[in-house]
Amino acid sequence: MESLHWLALGIVVLTSIGIVIAALLVGRKPPTFRDIPAFRQIRRAVSMVVEDGSRLHISLGRGSLLTPFGASALAGLSMLRQLGETTSLSDRPSIATSGDGVVNLAAQDTLRSAHEALRISKPFDINRGQLTGLTPFSYAAGALPIMRDNQISTNVLIGNYGIEIALMTEAAEREGSAVVAASDNLPAQAVLYATTPGTLIGEELFAAGAYNQAGNFHIASLLAQDVLRWLVILALLAGAILKALGVF
Amino acid sequence: MNRIASAGFAVLAIATGILILLGYFINVPAVADFRLILLEWAVILAGVAALVGVGNLFSVHLQRVRQRVKGSTYSLLLLVSLLISLFLGVTPGLEAAQHIMLNAIMIPIEISLMALLAVSLTYAGIRLLRHRPTPIAILFIVTVLLVLLGTGAWPLIGQLSVFSDLRAIVAQVLAAGGARGILIGVALGTLTTGLRVLLGADRPYGGK
Repeated sequence: MESLHWLALGIVVLTSIGIVIAALLVGRKPPTFRDIPAFRQIRRAVSMVVEDGSRLHISLGRGSLLTPFGASALAGLSMLRQLGETTSLSDRPSIATSGDGVVNLAAQDTLRSAHEALRISKPFDINRGQLTGLTPFSYAAGALPIMRDNQISTNVLIGNYGIEIALMTEAAEREGSAVVAASDNLPAQAVLYATTPGTLIGEELFAAGAYNQAGNFHIASLLAQDVLRWLVILALLAGAILKALGVF
Repeated sequence: MNRIASAGFAVLAIATGILILLGYFINVPAVADFRLILLEWAVILAGVAALVGVGNLFSVHLQRVRQRVKGSTYSLLLLVSLLISLFLGVTPGLEAAQHIMLNAIMIPIEISLMALLAVSLTYAGIRLLRHRPTPIAILFIVTVLLVLLGTGAWPLIGQLSVFSDLRAIVAQVLAAGGARGILIGVALGTLTTGLRVLLGADRPYGGK
């Protein structure tokens, strides 16, 4: 095995151990996070949905779970579980859309679990999780009528998108509904910055669970992310200094 | 019973995940072959899931047509198009019609949507300055304009070297540096999200 493989395996194993230890420790003393306005907006939107009988639309993007873009869909699914549980009791329970078959099944399963966890007598409507298209633009185009026709008050767009996300934010703007959005794709982040105030930039997307009380493991993984970031910064600085000194 | 099933799914998912991950790091032929088989299964299952998703799309729009809700004409159009695409896709000898459908309908429509985006984004830029005239927003718009001015040739004058040089500095130094920083953050987030699934803390397959 090459040395780089050993290094990568070491990082994975040490990070896993770090997350488990941190998850055990944060239960005793939860850390304080910096304020991210988008997460505050989501909490406000959830209470509004329950109070005024409007609906929440959670879009999970078009990232396939078989690709590295699946991580953003997983972050979205984790958020869906939290929001699904909170809004299942409202008159109009939340709707999830996605652009990938596997993510769509996972979304339906997540919404069903949230529904069953609350022991609601009304049967679960499987069409609350919808696949709206399998290509980027067909997905966005398919999501537009859902944003228009379902009395949506807030759209939470978390997942993998390209620049086509502008069509969705534009539609939300026209309908007067709020948007909280995050993508792991750089052009989409630039588009989001211009189109919507409630934008999560960069790795903030992966902090969704920790900010929405999804459990100790989410907080622990956020702490692990911070530690790893500092290690990367130190490695970059050390590399730059060594290069300047002519070591390599 | 549900709990036992949920724990069983978790054990299966974690074991599969660890095997796939080890296949990347350890060069053992048996592990690599097993990893390949599992990945092939995953691809087949993803294909089936896409079919299930299309079925879901069909049933949602059929329901809309039956209930004659607002915009059900579009749903009807979608259903008819879907059935025609299916017919053309599965019937042997209709490859030419498939190409026509792709090249004469789907691609032009997607390109039209892309063109629409140019208008949407220009409007978004103006709205950004009107609703959020912060220093960062102004810097964003100025950078966009600078990059645009340096990208194309001007009428009669041609390419202005001042703008193209500035564009090169912005795109290749400042933007590339910032983009790398964001991508490192995203990569770390991806790593920890994946590890949460491997540790069984996140179970997208069991709704947890």
